[in-house]
Amino acid sequence: MRLTCPHCGERDLREFAYKGDALALSRPEANAELQAWHEYLHIRDNPAGPTRELWYHTPCGSWMVAERDTATHAVHRTMTPAEATK
Amino acid sequence: MRYSGFKVFLEGLRGQSGWKPVWRDPEPKPVYDVVIIGGGGHGLSTAYYLAKNHGLTNVAVLEKGYLGGGNVGRNTTIVRANYFLPGNSEFYSHSMKLWEGLAADLNYNVMHSQRGLINLFHSDGQRDAFARRGNAMINQGDDAVLLDREGVRSYLPYLDFDNPRFPVYGGLLHPRGGTARHDAVAWGYARGADRRGVDLLQQCEVTGIDIEGGQVTGVQTTRGPIKAKKVAMIAAGRSGQVAAMAGMRLPIESHVLQAFVTEGLKPVIDHVISFGMGHFYISQSDKGGLVFGGDLDFYASYAQRGNLPMAEHVMEAGMALMPMIGQARVLRSWGGIMDMSPDGSPIIDRTATKGLYLNCGWCYGGFKAVPASGFATAHLIATDRPHETAARFRLDRFATGRGLMDEEGTGAQHNLH
Amino acid sequence: MRIATGGLIDREKPIRFTFDGKPVTGFAGDTVASALLANDILLMGRSFKYHRPRGPVTAGSDEPNALVTVGEGAEARPNTRATCQEIYDGLTVTSQNRWPSLRFDAMAVNDLLSPFLAAGFYYKTFMWPRAFWEKLYEPIIRRAAGLGALSGQPDPDRSEKAFAHCDLLVIGAGPAGLAAALTAAEAGADVILATEDTRPGGRLLSETVTLGDQTGREWADRMAARLAAMGNVRVMARTTVTGVYDSGTYGALERVAEHVMPGEAPPTCFWRLVARQAILATGALERPIAFPMNDRPGILSAAATRTYLNRYAVSPGARVAVFGNNDDAHRTATDLAAAGVTVAALIDTREDATSDGAWPFYPGAEVIETQGRLRLEGLTIRKPGGTLRIGADALAVAGGWNPALHLTCHMNGRPVWQEDIAAFVPTANAIPGLTPCGAALGTFSTAGCLEDGRRAAEAALDALGHSPKPIDLPDAEDTPYSPPATWAVTAPGRAWLDLQNDVTTKDVHLAARENFRSVEHMKRYTTQGMATDQGKGSNVTALAILADATGRTIPETGTTTFRPPYVPVPISSMGAGHAGKGFAPERFTTSHEASTARAAPMIEAGLWYRPSYFPVHGEKTWRESCDREVRMVRECVGVSDVSTLGKIDIQGPGAAEFLDLVYTGTFSTLKEGRIRYGLMLREDGHVMDDGTTARLGPQHYLMTTTTAAAGPVMAHLEFVAQGLRPDLDVKLTSVTDHWAQFAVAGPRARDLLNSLLEEEVTDDAVPFMSCWLATVSGVPVRLYRISFSGERGYEIAVPARYGAALWRLLVAQAESLGGGAYGIEALNVLRIEKGFITHAEIHGRTTAYDIGMQAMMSKTKDFIGKAAAARPGLTESTRERLVGLRPRDPANMPLPGGFLFTKGETPSRANAQGYVTSACWSPTLETHLALGFLASGPERMGETLRFTDHLRNRDFEVTVTDPVAFDQDGGRMRG
Repeated sequence: MRLTCPHCGERDLREFAYKGDALALSRPEANAELQAWHEYLHIRDNPAGPTRELWYHTPCGSWMVAERDTATHAVHRTMTPAEATK
Repeated sequence: MRYSGFKVFLEGLRGQSGWKPVWRDPEPKPVYDVVIIGGGGHGLSTAYYLAKNHGLTNVAVLEKGYLGGGNVGRNTTIVRANYFLPGNSEFYSHSMKLWEGLAADLNYNVMHSQRGLINLFHSDGQRDAFARRGNAMINQGDDAVLLDREGVRSYLPYLDFDNPRFPVYGGLLHPRGGTARHDAVAWGYARGADRRGVDLLQQCEVTGIDIEGGQVTGVQTTRGPIKAKKVAMIAAGRSGQVAAMAGMRLPIESHVLQAFVTEGLKPVIDHVISFGMGHFYISQSDKGGLVFGGDLDFYASYAQRGNLPMAEHVMEAGMALMPMIGQARVLRSWGGIMDMSPDGSPIIDRTATKGLYLNCGWCYGGFKAVPASGFATAHLIATDRPHETAARFRLDRFATGRGLMDEEGTGAQHNLH
Repeated sequence: MRIATGGLIDREKPIRFTFDGKPVTGFAGDTVASALLANDILLMGRSFKYHRPRGPVTAGSDEPNALVTVGEGAEARPNTRATCQEIYDGLTVTSQNRWPSLRFDAMAVNDLLSPFLAAGFYYKTFMWPRAFWEKLYEPIIRRAAGLGALSGQPDPDRSEKAFAHCDLLVIGAGPAGLAAALTAAEAGADVILATEDTRPGGRLLSETVTLGDQTGREWADRMAARLAAMGNVRVMARTTVTGVYDSGTYGALERVAEHVMPGEAPPTCFWRLVARQAILATGALERPIAFPMNDRPGILSAAATRTYLNRYAVSPGARVAVFGNNDDAHRTATDLAAAGVTVAALIDTREDATSDGAWPFYPGAEVIETQGRLRLEGLTIRKPGGTLRIGADALAVAGGWNPALHLTCHMNGRPVWQEDIAAFVPTANAIPGLTPCGAALGTFSTAGCLEDGRRAAEAALDALGHSPKPIDLPDAEDTPYSPPATWAVTAPGRAWLDLQNDVTTKDVHLAARENFRSVEHMKRYTTQGMATDQGKGSNVTALAILADATGRTIPETGTTTFRPPYVPVPISSMGAGHAGKGFAPERFTTSHEASTARAAPMIEAGLWYRPSYFPVHGEKTWRESCDREVRMVRECVGVSDVSTLGKIDIQGPGAAEFLDLVYTGTFSTLKEGRIRYGLMLREDGHVMDDGTTARLGPQHYLMTTTTAAAGPVMAHLEFVAQGLRPDLDVKLTSVTDHWAQFAVAGPRARDLLNSLLEEEVTDDAVPFMSCWLATVSGVPVRLYRISFSGERGYEIAVPARYGAALWRLLVAQAESLGGGAYGIEALNVLRIEKGFITHAEIHGRTTAYDIGMQAMMSKTKDFIGKAAAARPGLTESTRERLVGLRPRDPANMPLPGGFLFTKGETPSRANAQGYVTSACWSPTLETHLALGFLASGPERMGETLRFTDHLRNRDFEVTVTDPVAFDQDGGRMRG
């Protein structure tokens, strides 16, 4: 698998680390209900298909959001977290 | 039909003409007492124990593909009871006891082979962690032996003791650990359930779960609607999709775990061995293939296949640990889809819907868990109370933080367990 | 036998090798199989289950029978296909899976027992008595199973791995692959042409076809030369593309030097080929026909027969019969006769077939039996009007072709059935960017393959944005191919499908009878297709037999699939370069050489090496050294290299607010020049790491992490900065490698520093938990007054290039004061005496509350992990919480990993109250000490507990204490 780091360009999978669903960018407010934190930390849509997820490009230290298909492994788009949350 | 050496001999004399179907292919009935979604190891063992332990035989197992086609048919066949956290300890210990009588119980040779499992450690810190694990195993009533470096050498003289990057400090030997023939486990449970009257419905995909007033009433399938007051979702690898039909979202992320087998070789590895400094564990099958695996590919996947970086890492670790396997050739690789939970431990629990039960989140532990998982799930379905060995596998532990079973200590990131 | 003329062998170059110790001579260009056949040696192996005598059936990597061990010693390669292994002078070839010899194999008794050993018999027996499975049956089965044997010696790890990138990867170099590569290369694309063979040409090297006015091999040679001369083409021979992975990544195994005596060159190279587009031109594999006793040495595929004949100038026999259902059988007979070999018979299943050859011809006939033991002696055919025995010492079988579509299955593509060629073809778009063509797509004429190759290349060029240039393709045969589907001959007797695993048509019927109707069930139950050839020859036929047995069509029954790798890949190839020290990088601190010069045992700490202790003359055990070093620090001064701790430089206007978010405590209020201890949680409320952070300037902090967590913490901080708070202007830089840092600890630490620094260190200038800029020998250094030992302590940091020099200086000064260097054993004792935690305590399951640091969790601000740490289950007082432990008898060591029980209770899981995480002998307090976790621990001070370590047979009493055993008020480190 190859992913495109928004800063470095296309690179082999071995340069990247996966974190999980891009919902990790949507951290609840500090005073949010425990249920909101539970969903943020644990509950996942986990689709068999297109999804948005967080990856880390280890050599350059960039985080990015990848739109990827979990059924086919096709990577449709990658972007910086800032672009993703715009 | 009862299997025995004599029967095999007799059929040999008469050209194998007398063997009967190992299971029926019944038409779905309109109503069952219990419907189990998922004809993998856990679904089949649940059906078996529902019939055997609880006398519930008006049961259907619905399988969208073929029986045993999921992870029970694509794993590295390791059976062990070497967990250290309460919850996992008693559960896998129970499973091991069931394994030990399984062939006789099922009248099917599942080739359970307790050849011994050795977890290697490579630092003082790892030794301490394995010592805790070994002591926990003995606390539980299971077996464990702490080996020093020379102890390991006496079992595994072929490891690299001369020039390793990470020297072997010792190992935790689990004498009752070993392997079993994975397909046979699925088939043995399927045959046992079928013989007791359970309907095994293959090519029967569930397309909807019917719920009325908070009570489950049945399922919609590609072979028509089926009514049931109790429905169990036992579809690890696809848990999220199944639960979604009941309006549930799960604390699960699906990941691919690759495994590998080499060409057949004369016996050379007599134990199950796991490396402490890289992702690598290995055993040798009775056919002679070296069966080995590593860690997840680490990205979410339903594709049942992986990529090169982890495949290469696994073989690099193999070269580092036991370079004598260098000339073995990898024949086949495959991937299984793991239900990864936030603490790396499974869930066997009721749901908010009456009559709807959930069995999921097996991470890597699924195969060895098959007997105890079916045992406990059957108990839960039949009595509506958790079995004592699985009482801690609660769905709400993540929300409450109570009774987390994070053996890896990596926290609530699904792919790190 | 060798044909007098022809072939692609070099008769001027005889090659001598041995087979089972006996000398054999072949020619350059021969494989082991062709050379043995040339010497009339057909018996090359034994089957897996029944140990039946076997000869080669193919001339390629799909060979199931002729598996041999090649070479000797550590690099001996078991299970090597004799059909692929090129011979070289001095090669040793050994047969396998036989005892005592290949000709007489005692295990062949299994064949006599075969009526009792049907598919899956082992699932039905060996269950009683229970102990016998492991003690008796399984060992016997294991010994009988397996094929070749590993040498048992460590592999020398001489293979390599590499990456290559291209616009277009062409897999296979037959007519389709060559036409494709040429089309793409002429258009300017960067092309890699990979062929499993030793040279391009594919079937053209084995057939007698003509292309234009040239022979097939002449044309192939010219094309290969033309491609090789182009700068944008890389021709990779002896390279099998083994697997298809995501995003245009292909795995490939190049056999660099397996065809020569082991020497300098790496035996193999495992390639990761990254291609924007790819073309599958892998051709097709001829399939067998299942007729009774179709496994004898001398029975081989017709295509292989022509390969041996035309390429190697070898005939498998003197009287060769040919059996088939299509024109390839006739082609084979023609080639045999042209080579002067007697064609014993041409048997064609088609009733309407005709032949004008000078050989006995039997249309509408089938082989129903064969004779011979160690090689074929004859066969019986059933023809219109009766049966006939034919004497023959070889039989070529042409059952039709299966496209070599294996790679198209690697991303879960399921092949589709094409009725007119009675074969599976690749499903469309099975692999993004991969275009199948030629025989791999079901096109079987030479002209069709050429045209198909060009078409596929043009499609790839289009996708790449290149414009194709017209290329000339020669005229070639364009024979239609539409054979009847001939799977098995109906006649009594065993008819093999999977030759290696000894799966017969009866086994498939048995599976069907037992209701293993799914093709996956049948395969798993019978082991069909699980052998080293992965069912390349037999899977489709077995599927057809299952369809027949269950009354379904082939598409109804299922499809065939294949998993990577296409051919088996040595672990030493995919794992190349990682044996021994190659497994992981080695990180050395700047004091490494000085430490090893003092005979300090260096131990692994992640990728780093750190000194365990520094032995001095007369010390016999590590404990003696460690105790001395501890006393040295407590009484005088010690120096220790702490450079491995992670160091992260944090700068920017948002730095302070950023740290407030990632630490439980508040850092925005930290004064410049001061240091604060920080506790970092994961978002799930458990402790991630700890360390100190210094404020070097208004917008400048330096964070330290533990050695183990340096990488994860960096990734975590970057996540917070980029993902959660992109609004904060903060920059993070890992400076772990940039600074060498040494702890100077002990009552005389300040004296030591003052003997080196150009500025005077006073407690006013450098109070506890402060940092300071100073100078040593003109080099600016950073000085941090922190302590992990509980003594007056400083850490002095210099740019790494000065590290070695500063270390020598520090050690020399320390020794002159009566101190010296200390290692991580002493460091560990010092911190346990002080109750300081490491990852032994913050092991990923503990909270700030568990380690007694709940007071460090700010109540006034948000921080990572705050909300989740407040979950009810994480704040219950019954949790296992950090305590100190002291044995009632000081000589007893509560070993880490041992468990704690209430006094008098049985040591069982249900009774466990906690466990020990760290322990040491404290030379300071002259007792063993431990840290551990205990249910409701802090509420149980003074309680006597039972400590049990089953593994190491320890069982004694310990007393619960405060974690801090020494200098509880911290007066010593504060000075």
